[in-house]
Amino acid sequence: MNYVLDFTPVFDGLPDLLAGCLGTLLLALGGMAIAIIIGIGGVILRDSRRKPIRWAVKGFVELIRNTPFLVQIYFIYFALPLAGLRLDPTPTAILALGINGGAYAIEIIRGGVQSISRGQVEAGLALGLHKGLVFRLIVLKPALRAVFPSLASQFILLTLTTSVASAISAYELTSVAQRIESESFRSFEVFGVITLLYLGISWLMMSFFSTISTRYFSYPVK
Amino acid sequence: MGLGEFLFLLTGLKWTVALSAIGFVCGSVGGLAIALLRTSGMRGLERLAAGYIALFQGTPLLMQLFVVYYGLALVGLHLSAWVAVSIGFTLHASAYLGEIWRGSIEAVPRGQTEAASALNLKYASRMKDVVLPQAIRISLPATIGFLVQLIKGTSLASIVGFTELARAGNIVSNQIFQPLLVFGIVGILYFLMCWPLSLYGSHLENRLAVASR
Repeated sequence: MNYVLDFTPVFDGLPDLLAGCLGTLLLALGGMAIAIIIGIGGVILRDSRRKPIRWAVKGFVELIRNTPFLVQIYFIYFALPLAGLRLDPTPTAILALGINGGAYAIEIIRGGVQSISRGQVEAGLALGLHKGLVFRLIVLKPALRAVFPSLASQFILLTLTTSVASAISAYELTSVAQRIESESFRSFEVFGVITLLYLGISWLMMSFFSTISTRYFSYPVK
Repeated sequence: MGLGEFLFLLTGLKWTVALSAIGFVCGSVGGLAIALLRTSGMRGLERLAAGYIALFQGTPLLMQLFVVYYGLALVGLHLSAWVAVSIGFTLHASAYLGEIWRGSIEAVPRGQTEAASALNLKYASRMKDVVLPQAIRISLPATIGFLVQLIKGTSLASIVGFTELARAGNIVSNQIFQPLLVFGIVGILYFLMCWPLSLYGSHLENRLAVASR
């Protein structure tokens, strides 16, 4: 066994790999944005007065949380064209990541909203605040503050999940790596370096979240 | 979709179950070791365990599978895809379970350890008879949550080329050109495996929350 590690193809492909990192970040941030919207919307709908809506949200959360992302992304990839929506793999992947992250976000944010006592809301209404304003300032912000750590770790998981989007050949780090690997056959070198790049990306995300946490969600409230 | 295709999916399902079971059982052994190292009180060992956990929690499972798969071949071990993938999942599960169980071990009140030391129980007995039985109870909901995550994660073995449920679905869908139907059924099969576990996990979590009130 005289295998000599050769990182030349990896270093030659470095510009492509860094572009792939940006693709991964784009997928992650796009997915998170959709997930937040679904999360907040889902929490509002989950408390709807109509039973079918409540059940639909519950069903959506359970369905997404108990099936693999790989199957979800395939399903969405093949279902969208039938629904008359022709999207490239990359937007499809962002949508799938958003839907997947959204289900988890609903569950997490709901936990935070439940921790807000009813008296707070009543006090806000008694002070003459508009209903929307009560929700935004009195319910949502403290709720997000309470669950921010779990939300952040869920979103880091989402960032790592972007690698699965290579299955539908969306533009991100793993698919760039697979291309370089298939051209050079330096599998271990390529995937080893990519793993370190992912480690860097997840550290970047962690510091991004801790900045948000100290900037927007720390006491004293700005 | 005929009966033959459905039976093929069920064969894939069998491998998914086997892979999850192996990953979980071997990962439990590794995870226990990691958790004990992480709480050993020895600085160097704790750092090492923390580094291992950070490495596996900071990189995608797919990359871990790739690196293990090609890395083992590199050091001269030509294992079947089946064994390589099992090793990948074991390492992955060890890191996550190690972190979950570290948290549970630390959640057991310190007084318990101190009382056990005062009774002259040695480390092994202190852990085995006093701390771990309580820690396991605390960790159960999160452990089951991770088991669900692991079952879903085994679908990634399909990208490495291992034929389990997701890949069986892929193959069938390429044969009969009905991707929505096939992936719908595959999704339902995963759901039937994971949902009861999730329900049981949240049931335990509620019970634990009531017990500690």
